Amino acid sequence: MNVRRARVLVVWLGCVAFAAVVVARAHYITDLSGFLPAHPTPTQQLLVDQLRDGPASRLILIAIEQGDAASRARVSIGLTERLRKDPAFAGVNNGEAVAGQSDREFLFQHRYLLSEAVDAQRFTTAGLSAAIKEAIDNLASPAGLLFKSLLPRDPTGELLNIIDQLARSPTPQSRDGVWVSSDGNRALAVAQTAANGSDSDAQSRAIDAIRAAFAAAAAELPQGTANKPLLRLSGPGVFAVAARAKIERAAVRLSIASSILVVTLLLVVYRSLSALGLGLLPVATGALIGVAAVALGFGAVHGITLGFGITLIGESVDYSIYFFIQSRQARADGAGGSWQQRWWPTIRLGMLTSVCGFASLLPSGFPGLKQLGLYSISGLIAAAFVTRFVLPALLPPNLTVRDVTPLGRRVAGLLQAVQRFGRGAIFWSGAVLVLLALTVLYYDRETLWNRELSALSPISTGEQVYDAKLRADLGAADVRDLVIVSGPDLESVLRNAERAAGALEALVEEKVIGGFESPANYLPSMAAQERRRSSLPGAAELRANLKQAIEGLPLRADSLQPFLEDVEATRHAALVTPRDLTGTSLSSGFDALILHQKDQWNALLPLRSAAAGGEIDLRKVVAALKASQVEDARALDLKQESDALYGSYLAEAIHFSLAGFLALTVLLLIALRSPLRVARVLAPLVLAVVTVAAGLAIAGVQLSILHLVGMLLIVAVGSNYALFFDRQANADEGGNQALTLASLAIANASTVIGFGLLSFSQVPVLVALGTTVAPGTFLALLFAAIGFRAAESAHA
Amino acid sequence: MRHFLSLILLCTCAMGNTSPRAATAGFSDLDRVMGLLAMRQHGRVEFIEQHFLAVLKRPIESSGELRYDAPDRLEKRTLKPHAETLVLTGGVLTVERAHSRREMDLHAYPQVLPFVESIRATLAGDRGALERVFRLEFSGSVSRWTLTLVPLETKIKQSVSQVRIDGAGDQLLKVEIRQPDGDRSLMTLRPSTLP
Repeated sequence: MNVRRARVLVVWLGCVAFAAVVVARAHYITDLSGFLPAHPTPTQQLLVDQLRDGPASRLILIAIEQGDAASRARVSIGLTERLRKDPAFAGVNNGEAVAGQSDREFLFQHRYLLSEAVDAQRFTTAGLSAAIKEAIDNLASPAGLLFKSLLPRDPTGELLNIIDQLARSPTPQSRDGVWVSSDGNRALAVAQTAANGSDSDAQSRAIDAIRAAFAAAAAELPQGTANKPLLRLSGPGVFAVAARAKIERAAVRLSIASSILVVTLLLVVYRSLSALGLGLLPVATGALIGVAAVALGFGAVHGITLGFGITLIGESVDYSIYFFIQSRQARADGAGGSWQQRWWPTIRLGMLTSVCGFASLLPSGFPGLKQLGLYSISGLIAAAFVTRFVLPALLPPNLTVRDVTPLGRRVAGLLQAVQRFGRGAIFWSGAVLVLLALTVLYYDRETLWNRELSALSPISTGEQVYDAKLRADLGAADVRDLVIVSGPDLESVLRNAERAAGALEALVEEKVIGGFESPANYLPSMAAQERRRSSLPGAAELRANLKQAIEGLPLRADSLQPFLEDVEATRHAALVTPRDLTGTSLSSGFDALILHQKDQWNALLPLRSAAAGGEIDLRKVVAALKASQVEDARALDLKQESDALYGSYLAEAIHFSLAGFLALTVLLLIALRSPLRVARVLAPLVLAVVTVAAGLAIAGVQLSILHLVGMLLIVAVGSNYALFFDRQANADEGGNQALTLASLAIANASTVIGFGLLSFSQVPVLVALGTTVAPGTFLALLFAAIGFRAAESAHA
Repeated sequence: MRHFLSLILLCTCAMGNTSPRAATAGFSDLDRVMGLLAMRQHGRVEFIEQHFLAVLKRPIESSGELRYDAPDRLEKRTLKPHAETLVLTGGVLTVERAHSRREMDLHAYPQVLPFVESIRATLAGDRGALERVFRLEFSGSVSRWTLTLVPLETKIKQSVSQVRIDGAGDQLLKVEIRQPDGDRSLMTLRPSTLP
């Protein structure tokens, strides 16, 4: 026996040590990618990349509020000046003209390659004459006067053309020299981080840098500025960092709180420190093995899996509660065999039903759910085995826990009160409850499930609305509809984008869409640039054309010498490449619209609706693209696309859960060998699940994929309760019924505490889990107790 | 509109009567002109503007209408040779042409500021606003005056060296804007006859 004991302990310690090493060396990820699909279609991949690493994910929207307009502008300028020096940012823009200087130089230098007006007609006598006339007319206006000094070099006004070309993309309003919101109450700026949006650590550092720069800029305001401006940030990176902090905070706080409560509960019950210490071994081992299994199985552990880890306390603490209370009884009885013989088979069956339930998470398309499934299965098995083999080996012979029979008797007394209503009444009230619940669920069937991805977002609606407001003000409207053109290289993608732009311009005329953006607006394809370059006439021809063109115009021919020189220089200059954009604000605009995946390039052409808040008829867009034979172009409604994606995962999860339930039924049929017994075990669980679902529906909560996981947990934990009652009802020896009731009541109390605490978290996914499981397991115990009692009393 | 103009005339007469007393109270003629201008809530005049630019062999001419609404809205509608509307409200200049509309924040384009602010602040009779941008020189009398504005900031001096406004009472007659490169524009104003 001692040798066996030693062997058990060695194996256990070995496993724990191995798991500890794996856990210590595991890679942990904390972004939200656990809830993005694992095997996406190319379109989904684009979506996921966009969300995770796309240039849009690197944007931090900066708003300066409160204070007066002048101090907001001063802080905006001070803040931006500091951030521009910080290499953590690829670009910072607050609308200041400083940024415009390098842009204008770039545009002016390359004006004959970038202007859409440049074609073979432009530099003929007629073309020149018309363009120069217009430029002279412009001089009469103060705005045109800005270009007066440029006239000798740019008499055809190409710079103004390009500026108009770029002005098609909406730009924010400007006051006091900086961007402001449409109501003028906020100063706005945009920072683009150098690091990817999914790099939460880098995002967090960038956010800190912005806060520090803001504090420094605000400190420079004159003394006694009564109403100091405030900083508010938004954007994907800001959300990710906030979500991570929220999840971490919730996980830590809730783990500590539920641990304290559960430990207190167990101390009260056991009245023995060594029993408490031993009782926590299955939980601790289970959690460790669970994380190790996820690390080995997936290569990385998702932060949110750890957050859910607390939930395991629920079931595995139960194992040791059963063990201590029941083995005390086994010893007290003396007869009827050891705990291992009398109760272990029931616990084992309970564990297997739970495994069946969690196994239905394994085939899910969400890595987060897969991880949760594997974590729960391996954790439960480990906890059960520790309870079965390690606890008996470690149990000191003289260890006694408090006799909880009195508690059991009190619970039994409460149940007795219910029983007085008689079997029929209990059966019928159960039936009425099911009927009521099903009626509620049927009535709410259309809106029962939340099919939007945002259901999982840890970001509050208020924050989402604020983000949308900033984006609208910045003209960086949250892209909903877009055209994506793809190709094997940048050049082919830009050419395609130019072809698509032709089709889209027609749609703007028809008011199908309000406008669109294109990366080719910032950088035309080499082909377009080459076409423009080759349309530039030679020096002699241009001189002759120009001489004729300005006849009758009040312009001196000799003053236009610089123009002739610039055109000639462009004819021999290199074409503009993306590298030339570096250092201008155009670069971030261009980068935001180009996505490079392994062997594919994509250009994004975001569409604006014709009326504010209006819908775009994408079928017309598709038809127009097809008609103008744009290759590899797709029109996408991103919100619909991501919701459809989530909807498919939700449907998939529902199907797998039903399959898991079926497997569990089969398992019970094999183990119990009686359909009636199986029905009696399952009835309270099903009743608990539909009651909770109906309760949530009545409370106006839309069910998400996490509520479904919660329902699985109700079945997993509740099946243990029902199986104990079943054992009691069918075993030859009845055992101490009060003691069994007490152990179940205590086990349930610990579960309700653990999950009940989750309901108070700020993270919607954890709240969903808590509000489902806490009431659900309690109801499962209540229904099982009443049901089996009623059945028994009928037997008697 | 005619009714409005007569109202202005009435005001001018009333002010004329009180002017001796104002002078004894230490008001300068500049203050008095500013006071007259500040009393007008709306104004509408026609303009003809000539631009003399070194790069051009002969001046270009444009004409249209100026409208002013207190406290700070100035609209310059050019009808010839090409339709263009400039609207200045607050610190923002909106330029509208047949097919384009552009907004300029004057803080971002200080070069443009003196062209419009000189006229607007004078029409508003806002001496403070003028003095924020220009050094003021006043000559003549209330009935026939000349206001010379010289930009204070070097940035603005790069585009405008001085603005000279001729007026009579609360009427502006001529606005001449000189640029440091010798180019200049001359705007002549007269009561509007446009519908």
